[in-house]
Amino acid sequence: MKENSALERLYNGIAKENPTFVLMLGMCPTLAVTTSAINGLGMGLTTAVVLTLSNLIISLLRKVIPDKVRIPAFIVIIASFVTIVQLLLEGYLPDLNEALGVYIPLIVVNCIILGRAEAYAYTHGPVSSLFDGIGMGLGFTVALTCIGMVRELLGSGKLFGFTVMPGSFTPIVIFVLAPGAFFVLAILSALQNFVKIQGEKRGKDMSKIGSGCGHDCLHCMDESCADNRNKVFSETEDEKRTRREERQKEKEEDSIELIDLDEEDE
Amino acid sequence: MENVRELLIILISSSLVSNVVLSQFLGLCPFLGVSKKINTAAGMGGAIIFVITLSSAIAGVIYRFVLTPFHMEYLQTIVFILVIAALVQFVEMFLKKFVKPLYQALGVYLPLITTNCAVLGVALTNVQKEYGILAGTVNGFATALGFMIAIVILAGLREKMAYNDIPESFKGMPSVLLTAGLMAIAFCGFSGLL
Repeated sequence: MKENSALERLYNGIAKENPTFVLMLGMCPTLAVTTSAINGLGMGLTTAVVLTLSNLIISLLRKVIPDKVRIPAFIVIIASFVTIVQLLLEGYLPDLNEALGVYIPLIVVNCIILGRAEAYAYTHGPVSSLFDGIGMGLGFTVALTCIGMVRELLGSGKLFGFTVMPGSFTPIVIFVLAPGAFFVLAILSALQNFVKIQGEKRGKDMSKIGSGCGHDCLHCMDESCADNRNKVFSETEDEKRTRREERQKEKEEDSIELIDLDEEDE
Repeated sequence: MENVRELLIILISSSLVSNVVLSQFLGLCPFLGVSKKINTAAGMGGAIIFVITLSSAIAGVIYRFVLTPFHMEYLQTIVFILVIAALVQFVEMFLKKFVKPLYQALGVYLPLITTNCAVLGVALTNVQKEYGILAGTVNGFATALGFMIAIVILAGLREKMAYNDIPESFKGMPSVLLTAGLMAIAFCGFSGLL
């Protein structure tokens, strides 16, 4: 797939760099609203709409916004879209708005949106930014819906509100309560660690996989966060390419050494 | 008397019963990120108390005297986030210039909470629950107090856990999240208080 093409951006957001499962960004809403699959879906789609529109507008305005005030400018643009979406939800989907409550306006401070604005939309054209927003948004939606389904199934024996578990199943109520969210996320990030460790053992590059911190990567200074921040904010495409080339070179050198050793043995 | 009673109920319910991190999931980043040592956790908690109390008071004043008279309530999200970001910057500059000891204790943590979701969350909750300026400020203080209690307890537990033999995959974030989950169960016990 060609880099920055529409299809590549969609694949990148949904699978390769999935914001929840791979990058571990935006954990507050992930934990808070996934008590049921439908809530997860609603929150995911709302975030996706805001992300897509803000990516498009920021990309269109990228030559106008001065570098020094770009973060406040991004925040104002994002906050405007959040307000619009919130008013629309209030008008047309009052039930969903009620269920998601304060987490709708809190989309403003979602790390994914600010992160994509800074890392992608501010440096790329409007079409690829639009598809980047759609891809990332759908990736987030898929992740939230999956987590919501697991929690709803275990916690109440239902799926999208329909009872699916047999009558003999006793719901593990804790999974729809607050502690359940922490447990689900703990298991998720343990799985991530497992995949990362296994991959590194086989010599694959696993540096993309986040360590799971959550929020406000702009200002957090924890090691794992600084790691996240570098990943999201400062690595441009060129840097990525040079890093990839370096790694390739190292690998080649390693294999040459191995061959040398083999020859010596003989 | 009735008023004081109401404020006390807000204080207890916001700090213990519906704890900001353990049941609302706001401010998770500093909660997970800055909880390795008790000292830094307490510093972070202090900074959060300072900023949230101040920002909920100012957001309350702005909502009451600027947004409501001009019927611009729908602009609350934009206005609050800008006011909070500016306020934190301003407080940092002010402390640096005039209150050196406080700056040394809290200063490093201030930039971390500029766009923290707990700060914005409290301002928005105050509007949603229709708290007045005083009740809103008390709610802000109580929420931040709850954050401090949670983060200091978590830091204590993490200090104890640091040298335990944990399975490879559960090292780091997963074990911290499990601890937080157990704390959340414990905090569920407070729901009988009110």
